[in-house]
Parts: sequence; structure tokens; C-alpha cells
Amino acid sequence: MRIKAEQISAAVAQLCIVANRELPEDVCVALKKAAEKEESPVGRQMLESLIENARIAKTEQMPICQDTGMAVVYVDLGQELRVEGDLYEAINAGVAKGYKEGYLRKSVVRHPIDRVNTGDNTPAVVHLRLVPGDKMMITVAPKGFGSENMGGIAMLKPAQGRQGVVDFVTSVVEAAGANPCPPTIVGVGLGGTMEYATFLAKKALLREVGAPAANPLDRELEQEIEQEINKLGIGPQGFGGRVTSFAVHIESYPTHIAGLPVAVNLNCHAARHKEIVLEGEEE
Amino acid sequence: MEPIRLQTPLNVEDTAKLRAGQTCLINGIIYTARDSAHKRLVQLLEKGEELPFDPRGQLIYYVGPCPAPPGKVIGSAGPTTSVRMDVYTPALLEVGVRGVIGKGDRSQQVVQALMDNKAVYFAAIGGAGALIAKSVIQAEVIAFPDLGPEAVHRLEVKDMPAVVVIDSLGQNFYNLGRKEYSKR
Repeated sequence: MRIKAEQISAAVAQLCIVANRELPEDVCVALKKAAEKEESPVGRQMLESLIENARIAKTEQMPICQDTGMAVVYVDLGQELRVEGDLYEAINAGVAKGYKEGYLRKSVVRHPIDRVNTGDNTPAVVHLRLVPGDKMMITVAPKGFGSENMGGIAMLKPAQGRQGVVDFVTSVVEAAGANPCPPTIVGVGLGGTMEYATFLAKKALLREVGAPAANPLDRELEQEIEQEINKLGIGPQGFGGRVTSFAVHIESYPTHIAGLPVAVNLNCHAARHKEIVLEGEEE
Repeated sequence: MEPIRLQTPLNVEDTAKLRAGQTCLINGIIYTARDSAHKRLVQLLEKGEELPFDPRGQLIYYVGPCPAPPGKVIGSAGPTTSVRMDVYTPALLEVGVRGVIGKGDRSQQVVQALMDNKAVYFAAIGGAGALIAKSVIQAEVIAFPDLGPEAVHRLEVKDMPAVVVIDSLGQNFYNLGRKEYSKR
């Protein structure tokens, strides 16, 4: 089976536009539940405004947030599917097209020091994974930097154990305060190596809001950390309240006998992502 | 509580009486600036040159809006994180800027500069870019167009919602709110 680069570009462009305009249904539900649960009157008012904002964005075809993010693109490529052309170029062409045609903000600079805007929001950050089969799944997750800037990583000692993880994750959320636009989703990567823990922390953000982890150890930790975070009192927009985070999502991986890496990647309330599965054609 | 309507430009009396936690509706002209624009504005001040707008009594809004789609005056236009502007803010308050609008906490230096100049720090609703865009009735780039979304825009706003976070007495609504709801 084969797939043409142009088909990939067109799909990515559309995903960039839709992801930025339409808040996923599970996030809409999380906002509504939070509004019912929130005790702070200002907090409730903020959540109502965010629900209204999502409605306006969808009906008027406007971006949910002006920070339309750096495009993070996950590709699960079936090993029996052959890409005709350069996959990475195809993805970046799609990002450039989507950000132009969708009137999305171009927020990427060519180098962290000289900071010249690339003008088309490229390049994307691409995470490619080979999987069995002959299809291709593409996920576009635009990531704003209000929340991205507030993440953190710690290489804990194994002796710090479970409590060390709870304390570190909670401390990251506490230090972030109002900056990442709470209520947040807290992505936690546990184990692996330093760079893999950060990858897992971001990947955890793609899960349906509040859907528990597969591993029972992670599941219990998610509940415990969520309780600790929601004791902080930061609340919606940081104005004080009960709902500081919608959920904690943990993704874990085996690690080394000497290490306990833990990474935290925060997502603002506008947890945007959109997926598509592309099928190839016969060679 | 009824929101307080503010009309720019603001004088010292307008901002001195605002208190942390109050909800306001901002009306009139405001100017946008974020990281790169702030750097240039402060460089102009350091060289003794004029700013691209008269800062006295004005509000600066930390925003990099989306491009305006056809038929609209502006794209989504919510606040960006303010802490990145902390190093530049005191200099702008010194030349008469009466308040700034963003999101997230500020440094002690900024709090002191707000108190010294009887100015106010407001938060707009973070992540409500589509909603806030509806308050903008006119938008025009007036300086640094090469900065793209970071250019200085002159916005005319009608009833733009904002919350007083740090008032001219140095009271901080983030701290007050967190204290009220903390269970630790």
C-alpha cells in the first residue's frame, strides 16, 4: 500500500485548523463538570466564560485561544504503508497551509536566540512511531507555551519513591499558579530515561480527560496527586477555588535500577488535539 | 457585584480606588505589546526617544492576536503570561502607563512599581481569545510591523472584561483567592 505526500499535507492542514477551533467534547464536559463543582463564585464565572468561548470559537470558526501553539504531530505509521515523498516535509507543508488558511497565529521562531519568526508556524515537532498494519494515524496537538513553559522534570532517587513523585508533581502545579491557564490537565511521565519521561508526560495529555491509566499503580497515584493538587486552592484562572486541575494523567515505563525520572507537562484548559486515520491505495 | 466600567485614558484617581478582586469592563483605546515589543519600547526609553504612542494614562495589553479572518477586525486575542514582561514593566509605569493587562503573577519589583505609580495590574481571561475578540471594535498596527503578531496594535475595546489582580496598595487577588480556598 502507498500514500502520497500531498494527501498527508492536506490532512495535517485540516487537523491544524479543526484542532484550534473545536474544543474536544471530553474537555467541554470537563469544563461543565468543573462549573458545577466549583465553590468560588469568580471561579464559576470564569468557567462559564470558557464554555462560552468554546461555543463562539466553534460557531464563528475562530481559534479557541490566540496561542495556536507549536504544532506537535504524532504519526503512527503502519509498516506496510509506503510514503511517496518526504514525510516530514509533507507534515510541515500541511502545518504551513493550515496556519495560513485557518488564520492561526504564527508563533514559531527559527532559533531560540535570534528569534526570527519563520512566518508559517513551521517546523512542527514530529513524533513518529512504526506500528503494524497498512494505515497511518495522525494526531495534531497544538501546544501553547503559557502551559508549556510551566512544566518540569526531576531525576528523583529511587528512595524518594511514591511520595517523592506526589510532592514533585504537586510542587510544579503550585509554582505554575495562574500562568498555565487553570484548570489544567497534568500530564506525568514516570520512568524511562530523562527524554522519554518528558515524551510520556506530553503523550499523557492526549488521553480522554479523566480516563484512568491502565496500570493500577499509576491509577492510584493519579487519584492521590489530583487530590493534593486540588487542595492548593489555585482554582480557575488562579483566582482561588477548588478546581485547579481537571485530571492527572500518568504514563509510565520501566526504568533503570538507579533512577526515578518524573516529568510534568501541563496543558491549559484548552486541551486541543485532533486525529485522523489515513488509508493507502494499492501499489 | 456589578462590574466597574473604565474609560481610557485613566487618571490616577481612577486606578487608585480600584481594589484587588474587582471585575471591570474596559472601554476605549488600549495598546498591545508582548516580549519583543517590550524590549524595543524600553530600548527607545533608554535612548531618550519617544514611544510610538503617548503612554500617559494608557493601558498596555499583553497579547499577540491571531490574524483577522475575513469580516472581522481581529482574530482571537486573549492575554499572554505576564511574568515575561516583568523586567520591562517598571520603566513603562514610570513614564505614565496607568495599568497593564495580562495573566499570571508578577515579580515584587512590578508590585512595587504599581504601588509607586498608583497603577493597576489586570488579568484578562486566559484562553478566552474568541470571547475577548468580540470586545475589540477596531484594531490597527501602529509600530514594529516586522514583529508580526508581536507588533504594537492600537485596539479600541468595548466592555472588555478584566479582573483587578494587583491594586495600587499592592494587594494581590491571586494570593487572597488561593488563601481562601487552600486546604493545606
